[in-house]
Order: sequence, then C-alpha cells, then structure tokens
Amino acid sequence: MTDLTKYNYVLQHADNCLILGQRLGEWCGHGPILEQDIAMTNISLDLIGQARMWYQYAAEIQNEGKSEDDIAYLRDAWGYRNVLLVEQPNGDFAQTIFRQFLYDTYSCYFYEALMNSSDERLAAIAAKSHKEALYHIKWSGDWVIRLGDGTEESHNRMVAAVQELWSYAGELIKPNETEAKAHEEGYGVDLSAIKEKRDAKIREVLTEATLEVPESTYAHEGGKDGRHSEHLGYILADLQFLQRAYPGLEW
Amino acid sequence: MVLDKEYILELLQNVTDPEIPVISVIDLGIVRDVIIDEDSLEVVITPTYSGCPAMLEIEKEINNALKKKGINEFKITTVLSPAWTTEWMSEEGKRKLKEYGIAPPNPTNPEDIECPQCSSKNTQLISEFGSTACKSLFKCNDCLEPFDYFKCH
Repeated sequence: MTDLTKYNYVLQHADNCLILGQRLGEWCGHGPILEQDIAMTNISLDLIGQARMWYQYAAEIQNEGKSEDDIAYLRDAWGYRNVLLVEQPNGDFAQTIFRQFLYDTYSCYFYEALMNSSDERLAAIAAKSHKEALYHIKWSGDWVIRLGDGTEESHNRMVAAVQELWSYAGELIKPNETEAKAHEEGYGVDLSAIKEKRDAKIREVLTEATLEVPESTYAHEGGKDGRHSEHLGYILADLQFLQRAYPGLEW
Repeated sequence: MVLDKEYILELLQNVTDPEIPVISVIDLGIVRDVIIDEDSLEVVITPTYSGCPAMLEIEKEINNALKKKGINEFKITTVLSPAWTTEWMSEEGKRKLKEYGIAPPNPTNPEDIECPQCSSKNTQLISEFGSTACKSLFKCNDCLEPFDYFKCH
C-alpha cells in the first residue's frame, strides 16, 4: 500500500454509499406507494453505483490485486468506515426520509467541494455523484416538508424521526484524523467549510416543514474509525452472505 | 485490416441501449471517442448514471459488434470525466425517443414537457423516479396517457 490515508479516505465514502444503498434496497417491494418504492430503489442504485466508483479506486490505491468486490464483501464490521447515520434502521417512512435528508444535505456540499480536489480521480467521482446527489436532495427535502407540514400523523412521525436521528448529524461534518490529513494534503474536503451551508439548508427545510431544529449538538461518532452500532453486523450478514458461503460466486 | 474512425462510428451507430432499443450509444452520447493509432483501437465510453445496470450490457454489445466485423484487437475504456449529460444527446436521438413514446429531455424549459403521444404541453409530473434511473413519470392531461420523460441530467 502506497498511501494508507488516501485508501482510508476513499473507503469511508465507499462504505457510506454502499451501506445506505443497502438500507434503501430493503424497501424494495415494501414502499408506502409504488412511486416511492421506485424512488428509494432508484436512489439505492445510484448510491451503489457511486460505491463502485469509490471501491474501484480504493482497490487501485491498495494495489494488492484485490477487486472492488473483495473490498466490499470480505471485510468485517470493524473494517467498515461508514458514518453511524447510514447504518441506522429504516424505521418508518419518515425515519428513512430524514436519514436520507441528513445524508443528502451532507453529500451535496461534500461532492461540490470535492470537485476541486487536487486528485483528478476524486474530482471526477465527485462531479458524477454531485449531479445525482442534487436530484436525491430534491426528493428527500420535498418529503421532509410534505410530511412535516402534512397531517397530524405525518407531522408527529417526522418529529419522532428528527428526535431519533439528530444525534447522528454531527459525525458527518466532524473530521476524523484521516479527513484532516486528506484536507492537509490537498485532495480532501475541508468539512468545516461546508458545515455552515449544510446547517443552513437543514434549517431552511425544517422551518418550511414546520419542524423545530433541535438545539443539541451532541454527536454519536466512531463509525469513520470502525466503531459501529450493533446494526452494521446484521447488514453485513445479509449483504455478504453469498460471497462468504460461496467464495468467488458470480451471477 | 485498416481501421477507419468513420467506419467504427457507423458500426457503433447500430449498438443500441438495451433498455431503450431505439436509441444508439452514439445518439445517447455514451461513446466519447474512438482512438485509432495504427493497428490499435480504443473505444472510450462514459456511464450515464453511476448505477445504470445497462452499462455492462452496452460494453458487451460494443464488444460483440466489433468482433462480428472481424475486429478482435481493441480495448474499451470507461472515463468518468467530464460527467455525462443529456446535452450530448443527438437531435436524431431525441426524435427517435419521441417516436418510441418517451418524451426527450428539454433543457431549455424542464417544466414544459410535451406529451409524446399527442404533443400537448398540458402535462404533469407523477413521480421524479421512473422505470430506469434516467426517466421520470408524467401524465398528459389532454389525452390522459401516462408517459416516461427522459430527464435532463
């Protein structure tokens, strides 16, 4: 391995995309209405496509002859570097929407900034993903407003979702050692620079949705360094089963 | 065999998108370049959406189209940058989409989508996401037909 920091940096983002994509995929066939079932699986597909771009690059940086699939399917939970937010359960539709909204508000500004990376490959992945992220936030943001400013039932569910997930919003924009170093070396994003824009966007949408922005700044963290909630193990058991049971299996 | 860029582009004009079989990979703007250097041939392609499952199929079909004409030495390279945009779709491609029943992307006014059946502009969005990543769902308020819209990207 020539550059462990860059490898870990790339993995963090690959894992975010894959785990959130897998979570959204769990909705397939269970969405509240057909159009939204399709929306969630479409977004899932985008995220898994983005994960592939990241994993392919990770495999090249690692340079040990491993493929994108090896990296995705053959690491255990502590090797995963996704934020805790994306592994949280789907809950009800409101909880899925708010989890998506928190991720989208981060990813839009993250990719926008990463397009200026000194690393051309990262800039290319960012430009491709940014277009998709903008479409996703339009959907998740619209739904936060529609549910929050909807019926008493939908409003209460959104309030519960915000309460449940708010403490996972901070980890996204709080740099760990890898991200700090990546920024120092010129290819990584300065998360402190996107925090303000992200927070403003969250405030704008929640306000329009007649929802209160929680004051608490407490943030669960550790996912980026491999310390996960119990949920990730179950996700991986599902995600990795075939490759673990039948190594090298292809469709 | 002497390789000729025009000839290769013509061959690729017959390779169609497996999900929308009326439009070719050239019309879609997926083929970014054909590079010929003496005996070597490189076809440069770019994905539409990062998760589009048709990309693998398209690569296979390009592969088959070339081999069918006895071209065995070539490589297909995927580039991510610049990111694919519907602005690269040819006018011919847009015409074929409409004929097939899919409203083509309308970058000048994305709110103003024409029904591919009756050409009415009295249409409404049903869902931002449709049967594939590149399309959203509309319905026509005049002829009442639902239809796919190939969204701007």
